[in-house]
Amino acid sequence: MTLAPVFLGSLGRRRMASLFSLLAIILGVALGMAVQAIHEAALNEFGRGVRTLAGEADLRLVGPASGFDEALFEQILRHPDIAVATPIVEIDAKLAGHEPLLKVLGVDIFTLARVAPRLLPQSHDRTERFATLAEASIFLSAAAQQAYGVRTGDPLPVQAGSRTLTLRVAGDLPGVGDGQPLAVMDIAGAQLAFGRLGKLSRIDLIVADSSSPESLRRSLPATLPAGVQLEAPEAASEQSGNLTRAYRVNLAMLAAIALLTGAFLVFSAQALSVVKRRSEFAFLRALGLERTTLIRWLLAEGALVGLLGGLIGVMLGYGLAWVALQALGGDLGAGYFSGLQPQLEFKPALTALYIMLGLLAGLAGAALPARQAADISPAQALKSSGDALALHSHQRPWAGLLALTASLATCFIPPLGGLPVGGYAAIALLLAGSILLLPAVAQRLTQPFAERGKAVPWRLAAARLVSAPGYAVVAAAGVLTSVALAVAMAIMVASFRESVDEWLVQLLPADLYLRAGRAQSSAYLGEELQAAIADTPGIKRLEFTRHEQLRLGDGQAPVALIARPLAADGSSLPLVGQAQPSRLPAVWISEAMADQFGWQTGQVVALPLGGMRREFQVNGVWRDYSRQTGALMIDLALYRQLTGDQRVNDAAISVDNPDASAQVASRLGALAEGNALEVARPGEIRRISLAIFDRTFAVTYLLEAVAIVIGLAGVAASFASLAATRRKEFGMLRHLGVSRAQIGTMLALEGGLVAGIGVLGGGLAGAGIGLILIDVVNRQSFHWSMDLHFPWAGLLLFAGTMIALAALAAVLAGRQAMRQDAVLAVREDW
Amino acid sequence: MLEITNLSRSFNGRPALHSTSLRLAEGEYVAIVGESGVGKSTLLNLIAGLDRADQGNVVLDGEDLGRLDEAALTRWRRHKLGFIFQAFHILPHLTLQQNVALPLWLQGGSGAAADDSARQMLDAVGLAGRAASWPHELSGGELQRVAIARALVHRPRLVLADEPTGNLDPANATRVLDLLGERIRAAGAIGILVTHSREAAATADRILQLTPDGLQE
Repeated sequence: MTLAPVFLGSLGRRRMASLFSLLAIILGVALGMAVQAIHEAALNEFGRGVRTLAGEADLRLVGPASGFDEALFEQILRHPDIAVATPIVEIDAKLAGHEPLLKVLGVDIFTLARVAPRLLPQSHDRTERFATLAEASIFLSAAAQQAYGVRTGDPLPVQAGSRTLTLRVAGDLPGVGDGQPLAVMDIAGAQLAFGRLGKLSRIDLIVADSSSPESLRRSLPATLPAGVQLEAPEAASEQSGNLTRAYRVNLAMLAAIALLTGAFLVFSAQALSVVKRRSEFAFLRALGLERTTLIRWLLAEGALVGLLGGLIGVMLGYGLAWVALQALGGDLGAGYFSGLQPQLEFKPALTALYIMLGLLAGLAGAALPARQAADISPAQALKSSGDALALHSHQRPWAGLLALTASLATCFIPPLGGLPVGGYAAIALLLAGSILLLPAVAQRLTQPFAERGKAVPWRLAAARLVSAPGYAVVAAAGVLTSVALAVAMAIMVASFRESVDEWLVQLLPADLYLRAGRAQSSAYLGEELQAAIADTPGIKRLEFTRHEQLRLGDGQAPVALIARPLAADGSSLPLVGQAQPSRLPAVWISEAMADQFGWQTGQVVALPLGGMRREFQVNGVWRDYSRQTGALMIDLALYRQLTGDQRVNDAAISVDNPDASAQVASRLGALAEGNALEVARPGEIRRISLAIFDRTFAVTYLLEAVAIVIGLAGVAASFASLAATRRKEFGMLRHLGVSRAQIGTMLALEGGLVAGIGVLGGGLAGAGIGLILIDVVNRQSFHWSMDLHFPWAGLLLFAGTMIALAALAAVLAGRQAMRQDAVLAVREDW
Repeated sequence: MLEITNLSRSFNGRPALHSTSLRLAEGEYVAIVGESGVGKSTLLNLIAGLDRADQGNVVLDGEDLGRLDEAALTRWRRHKLGFIFQAFHILPHLTLQQNVALPLWLQGGSGAAADDSARQMLDAVGLAGRAASWPHELSGGELQRVAIARALVHRPRLVLADEPTGNLDPANATRVLDLLGERIRAAGAIGILVTHSREAAATADRILQLTPDGLQE
């Protein structure tokens, strides 16, 4: 540690550069830590909820969202391998005035006690022995009572279909954890209240001692109706984990961007510091400092910045996670864990991992400059006073081209475990390739200015970049990285937004849309109401839609089934590719179905409808930005014929006179009491959808802006550090008659050229990364495609601003070095 | 003609140069010697218009530097002055030819003409055929020859050399000083060599001793 003041003390002498490197690493670590901590908390809470609901159950039978015939329960009870079975009706109830749905479980109290005792309700009034069996009684967990602002004894108005019925909060659920809003009522009462007579959502099972879950898994499925599956209770946790994994990893990648910027800033600061301290190192080497010791100490400088960034970053990360959990919930508002109230937990392993990541970023940034410092010949460094030798980098354009080729190849790697690993590798390789090509590109682009430029500042600025391309790499690499990632995100978000907008326009051709509530909630439009809607004056055309969820494969999350009137050629759908009409009943599948189940146009598939397997032919693939687990679309009339289900969820209404649509909307709204029916215009739905979209990506933009500001500030700090090493050069130029303004112009041009090259390279690399994000990362993560849109105006403005800011930063940085005392810096005996 | 009259300069109340006068005719090449801290650099800065005198004047060919503002002084240096430094200060990112052509570029000289003049000047200082070389390929003596070429390429009226051999070995120092005297005389410029070294000073036409009381023969 005797040399610590020599090396680590250098960080203090270049405070600004060290501070910006530190800030970028803190930001990267904090974001990554926060995202992971939030999702760990949410998944843990979700898992706890699943375990509470499952209790002692070994297995459970699950079916479509609308349920399956309760006759199956009788059949199951007779199975010799089953010791206990408890039937459950699960409803996501819509409560007036509340956005989050309340999960209501209709249970059989007597069998539930053996399977999931923690779900047992406790009546407030101990004298009411049969309160739990009362039809209109409901029991709410503490979290639910708090979320919906009710207490025991209060009335609880819930919507069933388009009717509002009032239940009474008869007690609580003492066994249910604090973070889980949940309600329990008697199964018969639930079936009656929510129109689920004769239907069950699931049956939880305890296997007989004489048998085993594996044995039951082998014997039972063959006897089950189509669409009903046997699965482990943990399956829901796994499906939820799978569903959110891509989202989580993509957010973590955003954090990695900030961390990468931090590593580049460390690189830039260290590289320039090494240039500045060449004579110092040469002197130390001459005194007997070993090459490896020099490398170790220079690595220690980067490691110290990284470690500090890691430590502060994880603390900030936990703080951010706490704030985000309070404000946005466990899914940061993405809708995966609605209603869940996760608690933040300290995770030692995760914390250590992120501290290590900060340390690694610092080490990675310091590695190359450390090697370069050790490679400098002490004799040469002691003799030479210029920095050009140090900034003469070895050009490796072939390595850059190789990295770009490898990037292209990795795009074709299929997803691993649902993650676009190939896409991420392609992005990293594309960035690496671009930076490796930077010196050669900088040299070729600036050569004409150095040779043919008329003005002295132009010739001097260009000559510096031509002869010392390493300088361009150091300064432009940070600009290239941050610009590339900003451009890529801008292209991806613009493409996504435009595609979503076009998709909404295509999906919403009617004048009015009516619904009783969210697709899978307790709200629906019954037959009487459908008839009333059809009879409403002023309607020209009316199309109903039914939303259902089907289970197609073991361990797979349920897929959405949408039944609505469909043209044979699929012309009303946002199709991707050609439609293929068939003689068999038609099903139109979303891109997610094609990706996850491997279904293709023309293929014959079996769908479990009405308890039977029915054959359909895939007539085409359509784009769906709503559901990443997959969606199927079939004709409503056929659905009704096959299932007997006459309920619907939405209605698309075209009116006779568009000017009178407000009157029609008001007539429709009055068909049900209270605010049970929601009527909206497509423009309104589109506006709200795009506002949600913009809000979601606003966080992304904010984080990106922070990363860019830190990146630019880091570049400015690098310029300042470099300018300080050039005081003698400026002094000599002033002796020769170069004016202060000319040196200012030269510095601005240097900054502008470096930033221009960085911005150009970043723009091209960003366009490439944008394509990878659209066609590989998004497609493999979320299973949707999008059309490419370049936000030209925004990109050009951004590029111009970046170049101007970099030029300004260079001038400001050089101002100190241009002062009068710098003019005299050339004098050796001053 | 360079006329320096009663030049004085002090820093924070401490006199650095006291009432110094000097008159040099065209083609004259003098050496100024003196102890460290006696004010050699102060005198050089005042002659170069890089610093302002508290008292006295510097007049070159009838032009009083004290009457010029900073922009005019910069233009004056660009056209009238050639500088040679102890540490060479050759720009590492320019070729030798570009380094030598730099003063001509500053005067707005065209590319081809400036390149020709720079090449001729490099030939004159014994670096023929090295125009495209980079500074890091040269020895110290060779770098100082480039500096001499740069100082004279634009035919300045006044050449200031500040310890030009301070970083050179004796053999190279002799060669550089001979070359400097020869080129200054050939250009018909006024030359001032500031040095600690009596041997170096002996290569000039006259030797002046700077003392706290001013310049003495």
